[in-house]
Amino acid sequence: MSELRSAPVPPLSPDDHQRGPAHGPVAIEYGDFECPYCAALSAQLAQLELRHAFRHFPVRSSHPRAFAAACAAEAAARQGRFWEMHDLLYADQGRLEDPHLWERAERLRLDLERFEADRRSASVQERVRGDFRSGVRAGVVTTPTVFVAGRIYAGRFDVGLLAPAEATDRRRSS
Amino acid sequence: MTSAAPAIIQPGTPVPDFTLRRGDGSEFTRADLAGNTTVLVFYPFAFSPVCTDQLNVYDEVLDDLHAAGATMYGVSCDATYSQTAFQERLGVRIEQLSDFEPKGETCRAFGVYHPSGFPQRALIIVGPDGVVSWSYQAASPGELPGANLIFDALAASAGANIA
Repeated sequence: MSELRSAPVPPLSPDDHQRGPAHGPVAIEYGDFECPYCAALSAQLAQLELRHAFRHFPVRSSHPRAFAAACAAEAAARQGRFWEMHDLLYADQGRLEDPHLWERAERLRLDLERFEADRRSASVQERVRGDFRSGVRAGVVTTPTVFVAGRIYAGRFDVGLLAPAEATDRRRSS
Repeated sequence: MTSAAPAIIQPGTPVPDFTLRRGDGSEFTRADLAGNTTVLVFYPFAFSPVCTDQLNVYDEVLDDLHAAGATMYGVSCDATYSQTAFQERLGVRIEQLSDFEPKGETCRAFGVYHPSGFPQRALIIVGPDGVVSWSYQAASPGELPGANLIFDALAASAGANIA
């Protein structure tokens, strides 16, 4: 039998794409580059003093280009530019066809041949599927879903739900 | 008078007689469950956003479900035409079954009819022997049961059969 039984959300690991302060609260997000609520959340999380880890949760039937976009982000990661691609994908979710992905890769000055080979590679696709399956096992059903300090926040996310002790708003502290 | 909902059908209970309608209008009855492991996904309404997420994610793991020997169906009280449009809109492969007329009769038989006139959000697994092996009703229609719960139940059933 395939392995999709319940399991705790995997803890933060060096393999995760992550940014923000090395110490302090951690938000592990399961997101989809075609999901508008995920884009909104991403912008909100960027304002907070917390470590943000991103895992892929593309649902192809509702978002046909989500899987391709996730693979593009992973291919960019192979050239050290995951977060740049992440931000560019969210910045223009109406343009996620292949030529639009190539445009972004060019803007990031990626090696295009390598980008193209990587995003179609079995290892990149397996990475995306692995993230998705870890989310399913942890009970993720919708995007965005965020795990903070062992709590799960699903759907439209209000960062105000985070306790003040868990995250500091950069706008207020600056 | 209170209108407390009856309890969802419990594991170990043989499936009652029921009639649902497939997309082509043909009947889907208890006889269609024989010899298969069946996952029935009861959801409140076609086109409500919450159902959309639930069925989309289940569709994403449908191959795993088939590999586990199970077939999944969506069940609601919407008319067949609405369900077909809903399925096409979602782009999911999960076959839809309608409990439209007499409205909610099958949902009542399985103990998942909400007093306000729609199915509770519930999951029921029926074994090849026609007996319920697992059932789950969400605490509220807005709660989305994860696909992991289905795989937990299928694994537990497989383990019980081996033991």
